[in-house]
Amino acid sequence: MAQYLISVLDDTTGSATEAEMAAIGEFNERLRADGHWVFAGGLAAPETATVVDARDGNPVFTDGPYVETKEYVGGFWIVEAPDFDVALPLAALASQRCNRRVELRPFLTA
Amino acid sequence: MTDIGEALTRVHREEWARVVATLARRIGDLDVAEEMTAEAFAAAVERWSADGVPPNPGAWLTTVAYRRAVDRIRRESRREDKHREALMLTDVPEPLGVIDDDRLRLIFTCCHPALAMEARVALTLRLVGGLTVPEIARAYLVQEAAMSRRITRAKTKIKAAGIPYRVPSREDLPARVTGVLAVLYLVFNEGYLASDPDKEAVRADLTGEAIRLTRLVRTLLPDDHEVTGLLALMLLTEARRPARVSATGELVVLAEQDRSAWDRDLIAEGHALVRACIAAGRPPGRYQILAAINAVHTDARDARDTDWSQVAALYDHLVRVDPSPIVRLNRAVAVAELDGPQVALAEVDGLPLEGYHAYHATRAELLRRIGRGGEAREAYERAIELAGNSAETAYLKRRRDQLGTG
Repeated sequence: MAQYLISVLDDTTGSATEAEMAAIGEFNERLRADGHWVFAGGLAAPETATVVDARDGNPVFTDGPYVETKEYVGGFWIVEAPDFDVALPLAALASQRCNRRVELRPFLTA
Repeated sequence: MTDIGEALTRVHREEWARVVATLARRIGDLDVAEEMTAEAFAAAVERWSADGVPPNPGAWLTTVAYRRAVDRIRRESRREDKHREALMLTDVPEPLGVIDDDRLRLIFTCCHPALAMEARVALTLRLVGGLTVPEIARAYLVQEAAMSRRITRAKTKIKAAGIPYRVPSREDLPARVTGVLAVLYLVFNEGYLASDPDKEAVRADLTGEAIRLTRLVRTLLPDDHEVTGLLALMLLTEARRPARVSATGELVVLAEQDRSAWDRDLIAEGHALVRACIAAGRPPGRYQILAAINAVHTDARDARDTDWSQVAALYDHLVRVDPSPIVRLNRAVAVAELDGPQVALAEVDGLPLEGYHAYHATRAELLRRIGRGGEAREAYERAIELAGNSAETAYLKRRRDQLGTG
């Protein structure tokens, strides 16, 4: 089994509509029922981010996202699938249900 | 010695894809499969020169490549999965022939829709076609290092993303076959009408390779009529190649071609395939209809004998399957012959193809025929600006220059 990150690409700070939320809920139920579910969550707006750099041992905190972009990750799923051809239609369904573009990316395998 | 050389060329053509495909399935690594297959062919040059060609060259190559792959993986992954290693070592090579669909797995993996189109083309030519990286780089006028990176990147993605090595499920199959055919047709078209002005107008290496690979896919998927249709389309197009570019390097359009120079064998084969598709009685897809249109054209011994009503009817059918503006543009050429250039022009005008050279070339011809010389000239100028192929540019310039005297 491999794990994949499905990140939701967003360009508005408005959160999902009620209809989108309902569709996402149904999709999540389906992921659980079919054994693909690992984790999922929506993220707060990028302005709420804090960049932390403690590489030299002295943490420095910066208010805001690490890079200003028009698009950002608004939420994500982590799904489990035997291979890419199983994960790909899940990503397509995820995009349809949350009504946004998504990026499908494999986790490194040990 | 030359016998060995010829034998090797033939075996390379016939066995390369099979050896890579078998190895890829057994060891689960495209990269190693490719490299060890290349090594096995290099070993064959030496061994066969000394000992002669073995009775079953494919089996010889598979065995040599497989042993080397196992050695390599054992050397490199001692710390890794011992179980997998043990499994591989006990896997006795299977006889060739029973595992034909390994090559299909290979083709579907190379043409996976999650890979960029240019990566699919490069991977298919390398892993299925057996072309070397320098050969592919030359064909696409790309630096060798860049082409090598493109192929490596695709192989890395296949591995990291877990793109499976298998024939798609029944419900996914039609869409995936369409994807494979798109790759093959792209290779063919790049050979048939190179898009780059610095390249030769027609490159038989790519058209030949596309036909060879399509024949292979047809062997593997004999019941898919779109595969048959694409093969017929390629053969009927390739048949006209000897008449397509003049001695001075100018494109010769269909109506002006010396039809006695057409390859009669390819036409006969193409027509037989089109008949086979029609006999199957299934609703034809895009490639079958295009093949049928080309069958009508190659049926006419003289351009004036062309059955334009049949061509137009086939384009009507194609518009229903594929209502793209390019199909409508091509349909208009048949309409011009049937109902006159005025009617055709009305259909062409307003198609959203401003950036497409053939749109302006078609308009130019129609405008010329109805005596609107000034507008025709403008349309030729625009077509010349946009055309990438050197032979086509030469043809368009001559047509433009003829306007003054007409």
